[in-house]
This record gives sequence, structure tokens and C-alpha cells, in this order.
Amino acid sequence: MIEINYYLLVSAVLFSIGVIGVLVRRNAIIIFMCIELMLNSINLTLVAFSSFLGNINGQIFVFIVMTVAAAEAAIGLAIIISMFRNKESLNIDEINILKW
Amino acid sequence: MKFDLETVLFISLSVLSVVSAIYMITRKNPINSALFLILNFFTVSGLYLLLKAQFIAIIQVLVYMGAIMVLFIFVIMLLNLQFQKKKLESYSYKSLTSILLAIMLFGILGYTVYFGFEGKFKGMSDKALEIGTAEKLGAELFTNYSFPFELASFLLLAAIVGAIVLAKKKFE
Repeated sequence: MIEINYYLLVSAVLFSIGVIGVLVRRNAIIIFMCIELMLNSINLTLVAFSSFLGNINGQIFVFIVMTVAAAEAAIGLAIIISMFRNKESLNIDEINILKW
Repeated sequence: MKFDLETVLFISLSVLSVVSAIYMITRKNPINSALFLILNFFTVSGLYLLLKAQFIAIIQVLVYMGAIMVLFIFVIMLLNLQFQKKKLESYSYKSLTSILLAIMLFGILGYTVYFGFEGKFKGMSDKALEIGTAEKLGAELFTNYSFPFELASFLLLAAIVGAIVLAKKKFE
């Protein structure tokens, strides 16, 4: 029988790796994939609590998070495509016209 | 801790998921990153099965690995990034600071999560097996959670319209 804190520890490790990826990498697509990794680790936490507490609400929430992730992927990749069309680059250090 | 099948599966799946996540953020080529992310999603889906959430595990394979990652790989291949390979990544003192900050974040998260819930639960709930089925989840989605369900469908509609408008050639 595996305790809940091991599942939560795996989820925390995955979340931190996602944070490192978002902060260190400069490629917009890889940053986007790291955000998906973080969402996925949170889903793991929700499912773990859902089955250890015997409560279905956590899995419903995972369902909604997956919908949001799919919508976010579609919109974000469309933004990346139009960004690439205008700047010919995916480096987020060069996309800085809103920053001063 | 005795080494039954569940423990062996848990240890191998979690080690594989962490290793594939580390490989994902360190690869130079985005295609390799995407493939390691697919491996990571697969192992997390195995962890869902260990938690007796069958329906969520299948949905993870279908939606994340099937739909979202295909979209990612499609966009990576569409953009053809070969010619700007060398100037894309530059590491500096900023990345060292951010790695340090992320490790501190992991310290806080890991400490809270590991010691805060040690021995709080006497094993998995008895209802865990029946909760994870499609029947139970569907019944709950269409009765108590029908409003969030409709909101999610509206969100998807907005995402379809937004993606078409954003990726159009002429932006008027």
C-alpha cells in the first residue's frame, strides 16, 4: 500500500521541473510544453486526493482542467504561429514590444 | 516497505516520469522534448491507474497524448526551426538564479506535502474503485456539475473561434 505523500511528492517534483523549464528555456514552444507538464502534475495531486478521500469532486475538477488545457493549447499555438509569422523567431527575448 | 507489485510499479513509473520530465526540459530539439513529454504523460496515466481512476487515465491518453501533443508536434513541424538553431538558447546568471529559486520552491512544496500528510490516511478509500468509473463520473457531470460542464463546452467553442481568427493570414 503506497501512502498518499509519495504521490504528492512525485507531483511536487514534476511541478518544480516545469517551473525550471519555464524560467530557463527561451523557446516559446518548450515553455508552453512545460506549462502543460505543470497542469498535469496538479491533476495528479487532485486524483490522489480524490481516491484517498473517496470523494468524486477531484476527478470532476481534473476533467475541467483537461478542457482548459486543450483550449489553452489551441489558442497558445495559434498565437505562436502568428508570432512566428511576424518576427521570424520563437525566442521570447525578442518578443518584447509590450515591454519597456 | 515490502516489495509487492504495486510498489514496484509505483517506483518504476514515478522514476520514469521524473527522468522523462528532466530530459524534456534539457533537449535542444523541440521534437525530442515533445516525445519525452508524451512519455511523461504516459507514465502519469499509469499512476492514475494505480490510483484506481480508470476513466481519467483513458482520457489522459486520448486527450493529452492524442490531441494536445499531436497539435504541438504539428506546429513544431510547421514552423521548421532548423535555421535558427544556434541563437535560440542563451544561458546566463539569470538561469542559475531561476534554478535556485525553483529548487527552493521544491523544498517548500516537498516539505509541506511529504510531512504534512504522513500517516493521515489509512490507505486508499474503499469507494475509490467505483468512483473512477465512467458511469459514476458521467452521472455526476450531468446532474450536480451540469453548469460547469456547459461552461466548459462554451470555452471550447470560444477556443475554436479564437484559434481560427488568430492563425488567419490576413489580420484585419
